[in-house]
Amino acid sequence: MTVNTEKSREAWTLVARSDDVAEGGRQVIELGNDVQIGLFRFKGKLYAYENLCPHQSGPACQGRMVDGVRERIEEGGRSAGLAFDKDDPHIVCPWHGFEYRLTTGEHAGVPSIRLRGFGVREEGGDIHVAL
Amino acid sequence: MTTTHQPKPLPTQEITTRTHTADILANARRDTDRYGLDKVFICDVDSHHAELNSWKDIISYVEDPVLRDIAQQMMIHRPQAGQLALSNYKAGLALQDAGARIPHQSGLAESVPDTGDARDVELVRRAMDAMSIDVQVVFPQPMLEIGLHPEKGIAVQLMKAYNRWFVENVLPKDPRIKTMLGLPFEDPQASLETIREFGDHPDVLGFLVTSQRHAGVHRNEYMPLYAELEERGLPIGFHAGPTWEDSMTSTMNRFLSVHAMSFVTCNMTHLTNWIVNGIPERFPRLKTIWIESGLAWLPFMMQRLDHEYLMRQSEAPLLRRLPSDYMRQMYYTSQPIEITDMALLESTFNAMNAKDTLLYSSDWPHWDFDVPGRIMGIPFLDEQAKLNILGGNARKVFDL
Repeated sequence: MTVNTEKSREAWTLVARSDDVAEGGRQVIELGNDVQIGLFRFKGKLYAYENLCPHQSGPACQGRMVDGVRERIEEGGRSAGLAFDKDDPHIVCPWHGFEYRLTTGEHAGVPSIRLRGFGVREEGGDIHVAL
Repeated sequence: MTTTHQPKPLPTQEITTRTHTADILANARRDTDRYGLDKVFICDVDSHHAELNSWKDIISYVEDPVLRDIAQQMMIHRPQAGQLALSNYKAGLALQDAGARIPHQSGLAESVPDTGDARDVELVRRAMDAMSIDVQVVFPQPMLEIGLHPEKGIAVQLMKAYNRWFVENVLPKDPRIKTMLGLPFEDPQASLETIREFGDHPDVLGFLVTSQRHAGVHRNEYMPLYAELEERGLPIGFHAGPTWEDSMTSTMNRFLSVHAMSFVTCNMTHLTNWIVNGIPERFPRLKTIWIESGLAWLPFMMQRLDHEYLMRQSEAPLLRRLPSDYMRQMYYTSQPIEITDMALLESTFNAMNAKDTLLYSSDWPHWDFDVPGRIMGIPFLDEQAKLNILGGNARKVFDL
């Protein structure tokens, strides 16, 4: 069972089957009340965010999933170029490129900008989200 | 506790270049509902279509038979020349999509019914519908770089060919589509002929200087152009463009840096020459629009030019007012509006008298586009100012 929530008092909604979200994959779901959420699984853990970018309301959860970029700085301050960080996957809003850390929903550069997150509970092959 | 919502997966799990424009922009409909935008007149003063899809047709409009043959042979025999023959498209611009993180910048490759029309007509319609836009001023994309072409003669021929193609093949297809045609600015006489050829067309709202940064806009040979536009009541627009080849940008290693600086300095250069040489005094009824540089540069220019002018009046003897006063009589398109510090933005709006001078633009489908809700969400604007910016000011400028 995966529980990733601080919102345990909220209503739990059955949103998907466990098989719908593969490791490293996603499932973007319409809940029927004008709310869309994106479910993501990384290293076995599930994450849920509203499909609404705080920048201009773009569909952030439907964007490209790509590892975060790091700049490698050597001793003396010299740049050794760019590299992907496989431990920090990002979701990129396809409207304007705002990048969010998959594991926190925070903008990769300015954490005060963040996707609205939801608690996730996985049990008996079902995925519930706290709405 | 379980609620009764019936969740279902979205048909589009990942937005790519092949996604339908309506699906890409589905969330813009939320703004339409939230702000009642269907009842608001919205004129988008700066948007684009990808003329490369129609490059073969455009090339057929090139007047010079030798250049036309060169281009057509290029398209037959050179790999990848089918959409680029004769053009000066720069490889660096391909970095705009941030490594395909922003797919609509990479390309709109969605399926479009074969109606015999240029596919861009349908793509423009889809964008207008998605953003509740009533009138859209449409510009090309790579052709806007024509002001940077290394061979002036080719630049003139391509601009003329594109203009004829666009007027014949796109403008008649939808009454909501308008344009400001690019001038073959390297050739003042050809520019004047362009204004006279198309200036009476009801869907040609004005004319543009495109990305040109190596011509002094105050040079005497351009005065007949400005006189002609003033006489016809048609605005002149300066549509900035980026280049990695300015001495300043040539030191930069990231597209972010080039994009941040190159558009702005392009327009800053022309605006400085425009004001210091007293063009607004010589042509007081000529409406001028500064396009696609955002707004953050304006307070800087106002302060900088006012400061310098007061100490060196003899170098700008035509001026009767402060440079900033002339700037408040000109018009500016909104995109990309820099909403990162609301206090700075409010000061900028006040400095430029934005409620009367600012024109909404989307810049769709470029990577940094702004939806109309961007204007509606600005907290310090009153309702009338929002309506002015979204369409009212454009009605005034273009006599819509």
